[in-house]
Amino acid sequence: MKKFLITFLISLLLASSAIADTDGDNSLSKKNAGIVRDCFESLNRKTFALNQNLDRVIFKPVARGYRGLPTPIRTGTSNAITNISSLITIPNNVLQGEFKTAGVNTGRFIINTTAGIIGIFDVAEKIGFSKYIKEDYGQTFGVWGVGAGCYLVLPVLGPSTFRDTAGSFINVLGGDAWYNASTHGNNEYLTSNQYITAKLVSGIDFRAKNLESIDNLEKNSVDFYASVRSLYLQDRKQKIANSNSITETHDDGDWEEIED
Amino acid sequence: MQSEKFLSLFAFVIISLSISNYSYSIEPDVFVQSTVNRASKALDNKFSKEEKIKKLMEIASQTVDVNGIGLYTLGSYRKTITDDQVKQYKVLFRQYFLKSFSSRLAEYSNPEIEVISKKKLNENYTMVSSILVSTEKRPEVKIDWRIYTKNPENPLIRDLIIEGLSLARTQKEEFSSIIQSNDGDINVLFNTLRDFIK
Repeated sequence: MKKFLITFLISLLLASSAIADTDGDNSLSKKNAGIVRDCFESLNRKTFALNQNLDRVIFKPVARGYRGLPTPIRTGTSNAITNISSLITIPNNVLQGEFKTAGVNTGRFIINTTAGIIGIFDVAEKIGFSKYIKEDYGQTFGVWGVGAGCYLVLPVLGPSTFRDTAGSFINVLGGDAWYNASTHGNNEYLTSNQYITAKLVSGIDFRAKNLESIDNLEKNSVDFYASVRSLYLQDRKQKIANSNSITETHDDGDWEEIED
Repeated sequence: MQSEKFLSLFAFVIISLSISNYSYSIEPDVFVQSTVNRASKALDNKFSKEEKIKKLMEIASQTVDVNGIGLYTLGSYRKTITDDQVKQYKVLFRQYFLKSFSSRLAEYSNPEIEVISKKKLNENYTMVSSILVSTEKRPEVKIDWRIYTKNPENPLIRDLIIEGLSLARTQKEEFSSIIQSNDGDINVLFNTLRDFIK
């Protein structure tokens, strides 16, 4: 029943994403429907404010404490979390047709899990593996041509879209081997607690790495909510394009109209 | 004889013009490296935060096309507001930009930026790619610079794209959100900028 509900929800989100994407305008506007519309801006702003309060009271102080840990511990933790994320990245490499990258990432995962002691040491990088780039099911939907749908701010989890939220549900429907092994693995070593802990630590690690930059952005924004929305959507566009080329992902049209 | 003299003079004028064009044209990548070197010196820890901000504002005034960025960030509204409003906006945006830009950068100390390549998009724009060298506290960061090259003797920065995220676009969407949330009233944006500048 639970799986049926989640599947129904994903279908609904993806269907809405397809519908929300058909008119081709790409401005972020409530009046001009665009690639990513902020359909629930009022509710999103409230959720954003809730998340900011949670951040001030819980996540930021915890992230500051985490930053106080010795560098080798933080680096090891971050490496281990990144290693676990390969279990989502690899199937997505395959689904996006990136078979060579999937092979490289599989090799990296095996080396780091064994020689790197459950991923604490990034041995693969030291022996010359290329830079690791995370992928997820939201990105894969994007590569397949599914539109982003409406912009959403999720409680605790933060910025998302219909498409990216649907992608996250895939993780708990069998798309994340780490979730499957820890929550449904029926083994004596892993439980759902390990899965939840890994997710929490991942969030804290991200927050700790971005303490100054997020503070700086908030201090210098005249509409912090709009800044975060813009940055999130630009980041997703860049990741879905799987391109390092700035010119491929940035439209020059508007710049051309600006004269001296 | 006279024709020889005329030809020599003509050749001299042409050569002088070519030399003067050549010597005053600044390559966008050289311009970026020189600008970041200046900014890096301004961010030396021997200066107080106020001194850093003052120096950064001076550098930004000389190297950034603040008016161009201002007009870009207004988006479609730049076509609908009056000339007086445009003038008012340009003054406010300049103050806002210099304060916001210098305050953002002043947080860094002794940043090391290496220019790695450039790509000419058209006569007006060249993208210069660089990296902010990693330190113990932060990883390597990729920074691309949109350089306005319409006047090759005076290239100007129009956008910074950090790890694929355009600061100008973010600013534009931020301003657009403020105007839209207030039924298209541009004066609300002006008041918001005034509050920030205070």
